[in-house]
Amino acid sequence: MPNPTNPIELVTRDFSFYYGNYQALTSISMDVERNRVTAFIGPSGCGKSTFLRSLNRMNDIIPGTRVEGKVLLGGVDIYNKDVDVVDLRRKVGMVFQKSNPFPKSIFDNVAYGLRIHGERNPSAVAQRVEESLRAAALWNEVKDRLDKSAMDLSGGQQQRLCIARALAVRPEIVLMDEPASALDPLATQKIEELIFELKKDYTIIIVTHNMQQAARVSDTTAFFYLGELVEFDETKRIFTNPKEKKTEDYITGRFG
Amino acid sequence: MNARIRKWQEKLGFGILIAATVFVILVLVVILYDIFSKGSGILSWEFITSKPRKGMTEGGIWPAIVGTFWVSLVTVVFAVPTGLFAAIYLNEYAAQNRLVRVIRIAIRNLSGVPSIVYGLFGFTLFIMILKIGLSVLAGGLTLGLLTLPWTITASEEALKTVPMSYREGALALGATKWQTIRTNVLPYAVPGMLTGTILGLARAAGETAPILFTGAAFFWPLLPSFPKVLTTQFMALPYHLFIMATQHHAIVKVRPIAYGTAAVLIGLILIMNAAAVYIRYRFRKKYKRL
Amino acid sequence: MILNTVQSAETGRVGRIRAWRRFKEKAIEAFFLANGLFAVVVLIAIFSMLFTEGWPALKRVPLGEWFLSAEWDPTSPVRESYGILALIVSTLMVSVGALILAVPLGIACAAYIADVAPPKVREIVKPVIEILAGIPSVVVGFFGLVVLGPLLAKVFHTGNGLNGVNGSILLAIMALPTIMSVSEDAIVSVPQELKNASLALGATRWQTLMRVTIPAALSGIVASVMLGMGRAIGETMTVLMACGNAPAMPHSFLDPVRTMTATIAIELGETVQGSTHFHSLFVIAFFLFLMTFAVNLVSDIILQRVRRRMGGA
Repeated sequence: MPNPTNPIELVTRDFSFYYGNYQALTSISMDVERNRVTAFIGPSGCGKSTFLRSLNRMNDIIPGTRVEGKVLLGGVDIYNKDVDVVDLRRKVGMVFQKSNPFPKSIFDNVAYGLRIHGERNPSAVAQRVEESLRAAALWNEVKDRLDKSAMDLSGGQQQRLCIARALAVRPEIVLMDEPASALDPLATQKIEELIFELKKDYTIIIVTHNMQQAARVSDTTAFFYLGELVEFDETKRIFTNPKEKKTEDYITGRFG
Repeated sequence: MNARIRKWQEKLGFGILIAATVFVILVLVVILYDIFSKGSGILSWEFITSKPRKGMTEGGIWPAIVGTFWVSLVTVVFAVPTGLFAAIYLNEYAAQNRLVRVIRIAIRNLSGVPSIVYGLFGFTLFIMILKIGLSVLAGGLTLGLLTLPWTITASEEALKTVPMSYREGALALGATKWQTIRTNVLPYAVPGMLTGTILGLARAAGETAPILFTGAAFFWPLLPSFPKVLTTQFMALPYHLFIMATQHHAIVKVRPIAYGTAAVLIGLILIMNAAAVYIRYRFRKKYKRL
Repeated sequence: MILNTVQSAETGRVGRIRAWRRFKEKAIEAFFLANGLFAVVVLIAIFSMLFTEGWPALKRVPLGEWFLSAEWDPTSPVRESYGILALIVSTLMVSVGALILAVPLGIACAAYIADVAPPKVREIVKPVIEILAGIPSVVVGFFGLVVLGPLLAKVFHTGNGLNGVNGSILLAIMALPTIMSVSEDAIVSVPQELKNASLALGATRWQTLMRVTIPAALSGIVASVMLGMGRAIGETMTVLMACGNAPAMPHSFLDPVRTMTATIAIELGETVQGSTHFHSLFVIAFFLFLMTFAVNLVSDIILQRVRRRMGGA
């Protein structure tokens, strides 16, 4: 475990996850710090994405899944039946592996979350759209064509639009599921710079299969293997002096 | 077997398959050619827009066209929302449980129930039990029940074409399930549903057996305006064709009228099919862009 | 903190909003479910309507007479008779006749479209054949009445040509699109690796089609035949217009025949509501329903099994 420097935002305790009878995650315990970037790494199928999607209950939409243990956000278990998943997802935003802009205009994409949460005032919406696009470092590229289809943007722009869309509802945590895996190096670099900027205001958890990326953008790193959390520590230490043999094998490219 | 024989065997075999396909297309062409070539003689603006005269031995088929329109309208107004709502449940909400399996089995079996049985059911339910009388409403609702399994299937297909990522994206922003469906699924399923609706309408417009006992009339030249039209009997193109072909007192004399009716009916159905295909094509293009 | 609103009692304003939102979501889901259940309700309602309306006639006429007698004469002034054997035989006769014509043609077309035709040809042929499915049964019946009937009369030198052959040909036209599209799906879904394995052994495409692809798609093809049979049995207007409608036991395909569906269509309008004759038509419909139900169920079971196997692969 890393030595926390910031307040703890999110805590999981003995969290296990099942698809039907198949156990995908075994007893994960982790403390995630506020305003830092936490990276999840591990070979494909290790459960890192499943774990990420458990943190805003996106797995709820898959039938036949089941959880054990706790995910505490502000001291409350998000799997408690009194927790409203809609409130939860407002607080814990998500950016997906494949950018998924809606087939609407750029403006309407960013405004979508505001509108479904009942913001009717057009000038307030417009202001927040601009803020969010600026925060996602996209404003200068799209400010003259906000009414154009989001589908016409490049892949990297689309992904930053999805980030802006997630920021617009003012989440406290942003989950990113391999946000740059489908992008070219230049677009990837932009996303990484953006992540660095965003951690001033948000707590960020990012899944990546790219170890250099994890090393570049994250403060703490968690290594998953076969559904278990093998090691969780300061990124520097994970990449220079891992405690576990498996972690070392993975980061030196011996498997995965 | 040596290679040459095998090559000839393949040529012969494929030749048979091609011949079968050509034959089936030929059957279609013969039917369409016969109907349109013999029907075109009587086809005119007057035939389409005027009422039958002199014991239906002269005049046009306007009341049958209007009757078909109203009955189909009732069919659509009933079957499309019901089918869409059921499809929304099956595609967006349903889990894999026994209840859903039962619903799916029921839908598949409904689509296999003979149309005459729907006719009997409509007659029993709407005429005998509910006593709404032989009418556009009774006929349209009966056809609506018949088309229900098609509209459910078509709506579900349309919902399936909407990418899962639109749903995930909205849910991840904190939209409720219904908000997600309303704002980010249904709008993109509209073209598919429109196509399905028109195809269903085309099939309903050609059905005869379900309206035999629920309101189709031999001769009913005057249709009142809406909403009174719902409670009167009606003429319909397919039923009119049936009458002109088999029940009329001067069958041979009215044969051209029967042909004309058949041509109009098929023409109408072909136009609706073409419209459905066109809408699908156009929206698919637009959908890709936006 | 983040979810501190959860801890505050659900009686607060936020709690009320959330409770309302949850209630609304539940209510909306229930509404959609109700629409889904409507299909089940309709199916049950059709079944029970046929049974209850048929029951008075079933009770009055001994069960043996329905099935053992070929004499259908419910309005006879001497002795009413309710034998539906001839009607059932006629229905099965024209349906089987239709399948004899439609099955080879349908499978051949399906095989051509799915496995042989170049993509461009396929894109033209498929929609053309879909038009066939869109032709209303009353138009097909009309064609049988005015074109096919006279033609058959000339060829076979019999009466007006409105008979079992005519009905079979027309029902074949009606069943063809179903058989073709379901068979085509079955043939298309045979894995390419299977075909490649055969081709790699030096088999021609024709040999591969006949010995590997079609056998592999057989259950889907059988299901398509069953579905086509269901359509043929339940078809009304074509047989009503083109089969001659003599309610007697047919001895050959050249006899005029009267199917179960045609009997209902002809006689319901002429009966006195509440009479045994009236109720007996529901008995016919009841058995008709059971026949199509059974045929469709079998094809359904086959198709479900095929889907599961293909899905698992």
